[in-house]
Amino acid sequence: MNSESAKHVFSEKVDDWLMGFYDAFEFVKLVFREAFSGGFEFTEFVRQCYSIGLKSLPLISLTGFVTGYVFTKQSRPSLMEFGATSWLPSLVTIAIVRALAPLVTSLICSGKIGSGIGAELGSMKVTEQIDAMEVSAVNPIRFLVVTRVAAATITIPILSFYCALVALAGAFLNVTVNEETNVLAFLEHGFDSIVFLDIITAVVKATSFGFTIGMIGCYKGFNATNGTQGVGQAANSSVVLSMFLIFIEELFIVQVANWFR
Amino acid sequence: MEKTIEIKNLYKSFGSLHVLSGVDLDVHENENVVVLGRSGTGKSVLIKIIAGLLTPDRGQVKVFGQSVADLTAKELNELRLKIGFSFQSSALYDSMTVRENLEFPLVRNLKNMTRKEIDKAVDEVIEAVGLKKTLDQMPSQLSGGQRKRIGIARTLIMNPKIMLYDEPTAGLDPITCQEINDLMNQVKEKYRTSSIIITHDLTCAKETGDRVAILFDGKFAYQGTFEEVFGNPDPRIRSFYDYNFIEPKLQN
Repeated sequence: MNSESAKHVFSEKVDDWLMGFYDAFEFVKLVFREAFSGGFEFTEFVRQCYSIGLKSLPLISLTGFVTGYVFTKQSRPSLMEFGATSWLPSLVTIAIVRALAPLVTSLICSGKIGSGIGAELGSMKVTEQIDAMEVSAVNPIRFLVVTRVAAATITIPILSFYCALVALAGAFLNVTVNEETNVLAFLEHGFDSIVFLDIITAVVKATSFGFTIGMIGCYKGFNATNGTQGVGQAANSSVVLSMFLIFIEELFIVQVANWFR
Repeated sequence: MEKTIEIKNLYKSFGSLHVLSGVDLDVHENENVVVLGRSGTGKSVLIKIIAGLLTPDRGQVKVFGQSVADLTAKELNELRLKIGFSFQSSALYDSMTVRENLEFPLVRNLKNMTRKEIDKAVDEVIEAVGLKKTLDQMPSQLSGGQRKRIGIARTLIMNPKIMLYDEPTAGLDPITCQEINDLMNQVKEKYRTSSIIITHDLTCAKETGDRVAILFDGKFAYQGTFEEVFGNPDPRIRSFYDYNFIEPKLQN
């Protein structure tokens, strides 16, 4: 064993990866500690809710509506083969409520919000604005991170709920073009198959996705280095990592939810 | 005069890079100490340790008699209210106007202040740096010199007792440099501050420094008045002097 490899427990890459994991864990611990140690920055939290929530509405409206419409259109031929088009409202409602709405909202938000948080905090980090905040006796974790993570955690479930409504509107439009139906009949038929566990699972998923997007964006931004290049990397890796974790969480939550069915 | 900052045997390394290797320095009440040294010799690291932004490996930093490393987070924040830090990049908050930048430390730390009191404090510091017309501008609309002055104004709003300037004249034209030098001297007189000024600019050192200290190899090699330090025949000091003042070179 040469002296270079003796410095590492496993290998340089594995050690770096493990250290990164440990740093992230410490960061999450710090954020929780600051969040519950009093002095919540309510004004900044409201500003972030506006920035994350209201400003994302147009994008969520468009993608939600298109998702609902296209999913219904694509599902119709398969159901027609079995003469089961009357099941279409149930099928799309289950798909939208259980999976599509939280997932589509979170993926859109990880692109829009996660990258925004990563770039904003990354830029503040490399231009010493976070240090300036700290020497002004203002806790940057409490002011910048706790507010953003809380805003993302609360806003994304609300956006997911809104996305589900818009997607159902898209699905209804597609159904009503092909079949004679009305909104009440569509919803009644659709929600026949939805149980309370589906709603709870969707809320848990969206909350967990929101927390992940906020936390990853803040962590990457706070650890940005190497000037403007580092800011770009922080924004990019915020999106990639949060999307990856969203799929892992989706898998995990679906498995847990199935144990209760 | 009373000591406001006492640094004893300070060490700091980043990995295998030893930046500070046994630094000793005292700063007295209402004294400007200029710290000179080549790039990468740890000048900025030194003032970041004083402000509690970095932790030293070894040694002690006392500010107003309190050891910075031994303070709790709350005590450190209380101490920071007495310290103004002017960053090399000015570090103005991009998303806020000049007025919001100036208000920020006040609004966050003194939550019982009225709107009228905040406006009065803002007016006072913006007049001190002579940039009243920029109040509603964004930092991106300001020139380099204006950003530096607003950065200094933001620290003055908390009435600091210690000012730490990180390269206050870097990247500025000679006329603006002179304005910043005058401003630092005015701050010292008006607010009775003790300051550490990190710079490469010998004109700045000469105009603002009551005492000059030069960092070589991680420790202060020379300390004294500008004339004492630059009267030294050490070639490392002469190289500083010759580069900054072209005239002696031309005469030679």
